[in-house]
Amino acid sequence: MDTYSLLREFADSWALLLLTGVFVGVVLWAYRPGSRAIHDDAANAIFRNETKPACEGACGGCSCRGDAATKEA
Amino acid sequence: MWDYVKLVALGVIALLAAIAANYARDPAYLVNAITVMLVAGGVFLWALRRVGEPKLAAPANEYFDEVVRYGVIATAFWGVVGFLVGTFIAFELAFPALNFEWAQPYMNFGRLRPLHTSAVIFAFGGNALIATSFYVVQRTSAARLWGGNAAWFVFWGYQLVIVLAATGYLLGATQSKEYAEPEWYVDWWLTIIWVVYLAVFLGTIIKRKQPHIYVANWFYLAFIVTVAMLHVFNNLSVPVSIFGSKSVQVFSGVQDAMTQWWYGHNAVGFFLTAGFLGMMYYFVPKQAERPVYSYKLSIIHLVSVGFYGMSTFEGPMMSIKAVNSLSHYTDWTIGHVHSGALGWNGMITFGALYFLVPRLWNRERLYSLSMVSWHFWLATIGIVLYASAMWVSGIMEGLMWREVDANGFLVNAFADTVAAKFPMYLVRAMGGVLYITGALIMCWNLFMTVRAQPAKAAVNANNFVPAE
Repeated sequence: MDTYSLLREFADSWALLLLTGVFVGVVLWAYRPGSRAIHDDAANAIFRNETKPACEGACGGCSCRGDAATKEA
Repeated sequence: MWDYVKLVALGVIALLAAIAANYARDPAYLVNAITVMLVAGGVFLWALRRVGEPKLAAPANEYFDEVVRYGVIATAFWGVVGFLVGTFIAFELAFPALNFEWAQPYMNFGRLRPLHTSAVIFAFGGNALIATSFYVVQRTSAARLWGGNAAWFVFWGYQLVIVLAATGYLLGATQSKEYAEPEWYVDWWLTIIWVVYLAVFLGTIIKRKQPHIYVANWFYLAFIVTVAMLHVFNNLSVPVSIFGSKSVQVFSGVQDAMTQWWYGHNAVGFFLTAGFLGMMYYFVPKQAERPVYSYKLSIIHLVSVGFYGMSTFEGPMMSIKAVNSLSHYTDWTIGHVHSGALGWNGMITFGALYFLVPRLWNRERLYSLSMVSWHFWLATIGIVLYASAMWVSGIMEGLMWREVDANGFLVNAFADTVAAKFPMYLVRAMGGVLYITGALIMCWNLFMTVRAQPAKAAVNANNFVPAE
């Protein structure tokens, strides 16, 4: 079989199956139970740390001052 | 030590560029070599004067915004240049006499056209992407840009790519690949810049102080990585001489065409779509002052763009024959491209600039909101004129080219279609005039935003009231 037909057959079978599986998997993963709080927190990331980076070692339960601190996960 | 390494490297580059200029086989290579020599020499002198100056440690508790400010200025500047060249070549098509005899061949349509496309896509769009990505990745990672002055290297190196490519086009250097016209040494230089860009961006994400990688950063990352891959594969070429701009592609014929449009379509998909979606996912919710409606949807959206990229592998093979037989080679394509580029990429970039300038220069607000409205409407009407003129012109062309009489002979000569398009070409050029007028109003507005207003009480470069 020539290379094109071989790759074409692969693309139309296993590759299609795999990629569809990946896509469905990502959808399921995004809507997994308990993801809402994480996603809400991520969506609000743009409203934190507008003016300054978080201070060194700020992560993991500390809070430097107001705007600079990230919340503990 | 690093100072001396830098000086030696710059000196060697300037010397090699001088040698290259001496042996140059074509004018484009000559001018590019002289440009490199002058730039390397200039940076050498600049670095020499600063040897031994105490190095100020980068303030880790501040964002690296100076490079973003330069990026904003470069975006506005290259935007105006690109729109200006585009409007001029639109008039060249309507009035061929504008291909001036005294400026042959440098200012004819064939050489100005890639200058226009590269200026708007890579200089205007590229600077917008680099500047906004540096701004967004710092805010959403709560970390200063990684790599210190590497961000400056990316910014200035990218401007050098633009200058080398643009002067090269005018002097006749092109590898005749649409949107990948720059010759081999510019391609190599861009590859270096791009790898450093990736390192700075990724480094910032890695040292982030946020648990999440915000979705905009995934889009930017997809854009950077994919463009790197596309760029490298589409520019696999062997220079004919190390002292000349001409190179020969490694692929030939159909393989070359397939690689070129794998690159071309994905350049649209990842440069002009994924990267700009990254911009949208930050600036739109920021401007609206509320988080994106559905964060879940945005994740899925990202994966969809990935699929979009793969589907463009098939695109060249699968274009619908019936539609394509009418639209191919006509102005329809140009209209389609411009409604996307002017509407999607242009408008998002303008919005980002309006958002960034007051924040980056620490000003209370924009100088004039009514000027923003003027800009918006001038741009919108310009796009409508442009797109509708090209639809009419394109479909008319397609129909005229395929029209046959009862005996099966073609009815129209090619020149007949050119003559018939004149009114549409005029309308298109007027659309361009409106669009660039709007952009000039924006530049004035942004300039006055910085110039005419006092700085807010200076706390830092991006002065917000902490949300406490």
